[in-house]
Amino acid sequence: MAFKQMTAAEVSKKVINKTDLFILDVRNESDFNDWKIEGQNFEFLNIPYFDLLDGVEEILDQIPANKEILVVCAKEGSSVMVAEMLSEAGLDVFYLKGGMKAWSEHLEPVRIGELTNGAEIYQFVRLGKGCLSYMVVSNGEAAIIDSTRMIDAYLDFADDIGVKITHVLDTHLHADHISGGRRIAEVTNAAYWLPPKDAAEVTFEYQPLESGNVITIGHTAIDIQALYSPGHTIGSTSFVVDQKYLLSGDILFIDSIGRPDLAGLAEDWVRDLRETLYTRYKELSEELIVLPSHFMIIDELNEDGSVAKKLGSLFAENHGLNIAEETEFRELVTGNLPPQPNAYQEIRETNMGKIEPDDEKQREMEIGPNRCAVR
Amino acid sequence: MNSDKMLDAKGLACPMPIVKTRKAMNDLQTGQVLEIHVTDKGAKADLAAWSKSGGHELVETAEENDILKFWIRKG
Repeated sequence: MAFKQMTAAEVSKKVINKTDLFILDVRNESDFNDWKIEGQNFEFLNIPYFDLLDGVEEILDQIPANKEILVVCAKEGSSVMVAEMLSEAGLDVFYLKGGMKAWSEHLEPVRIGELTNGAEIYQFVRLGKGCLSYMVVSNGEAAIIDSTRMIDAYLDFADDIGVKITHVLDTHLHADHISGGRRIAEVTNAAYWLPPKDAAEVTFEYQPLESGNVITIGHTAIDIQALYSPGHTIGSTSFVVDQKYLLSGDILFIDSIGRPDLAGLAEDWVRDLRETLYTRYKELSEELIVLPSHFMIIDELNEDGSVAKKLGSLFAENHGLNIAEETEFRELVTGNLPPQPNAYQEIRETNMGKIEPDDEKQREMEIGPNRCAVR
Repeated sequence: MNSDKMLDAKGLACPMPIVKTRKAMNDLQTGQVLEIHVTDKGAKADLAAWSKSGGHELVETAEENDILKFWIRKG
């Protein structure tokens, strides 16, 4: 039988459409347990490729006959080998093109909605890592928020829809992924905005983004209002776009809240985080649709693959927004924190411009889930 | 450390470092040590896991100028 490649984009469609898929992940057990492709109707079997060198006969009875089968490894090589063995044993199988490396880098653009005067907002869903970034488009111009390092995805998309990128913004200095903000700004001559309190050590020029700043995209004046909202980092800033959307960065997610320990001491910032979530955000309209910079679990995706929910619903349903006692809140966000993201200190230094790792190294630094939240 | 055999797997991508290691190991006697040089970073966790599942002992690892070195005693 045959074996063929399946691209990360094709796997993304299966995640969003909740299609059945059987994934044979041939990475070692610890890598698999740390991070894998997630999908509601995906079934998994983890057998390291090095246990299959003598043949796949012993695992054939564990592979269903009635489902699509995808063999996955870190970079592709081992999955091709195993897929070939399975096809020789009579199965029709796929291997993931580019492996988990490609899965981690794939961005799926999803249109979130329309703004005043025909302007639009798009969410770029990085399914493999749970990162979300945004493009606000108005009258031939675009702003990009919390971009990943895969800058071609945004540049190509802007080209396709015929807009010029004029502003690039980061809600905070990221610790889980390398920002493409500075490079997009260099390539397009756009302004690069960063919260100055997070940018104290950066080695490049930037526009200081402060509470009350209003950035206008296109002549039709889609406003991005900056709202100082510390807690995940000391500089964390949210954006209210067109009085309709709240881009909450890594402060508030759909089913969790930001963790305060990745850029300093959790103890010091826990009060900021509480004040942002329980006071500053409380003053905003409950009708605002929250667009966070991450999701943690696949259940946070809406039917169309987007990650978005009304602020009012989050106040009702998100556990992190419903802790009456300050001591209990403090315990949630400082005790029992999940492990920190892979290489998070190096990622922060890269985002500050202090170190400049090559592409391969950057890829490696970003391996694994984002781990920016507490539940 | 001393080794009984040396395998140069530099420049090879996964799964070849393990495929070659396994082959080289077959030529050794129990207790003998194989030294392996690789450049594929993924080999680090995989060689450790492979040694364990095959009953071998990963005695030592080292990293020099982007070259990962392993010493595995045949079990």
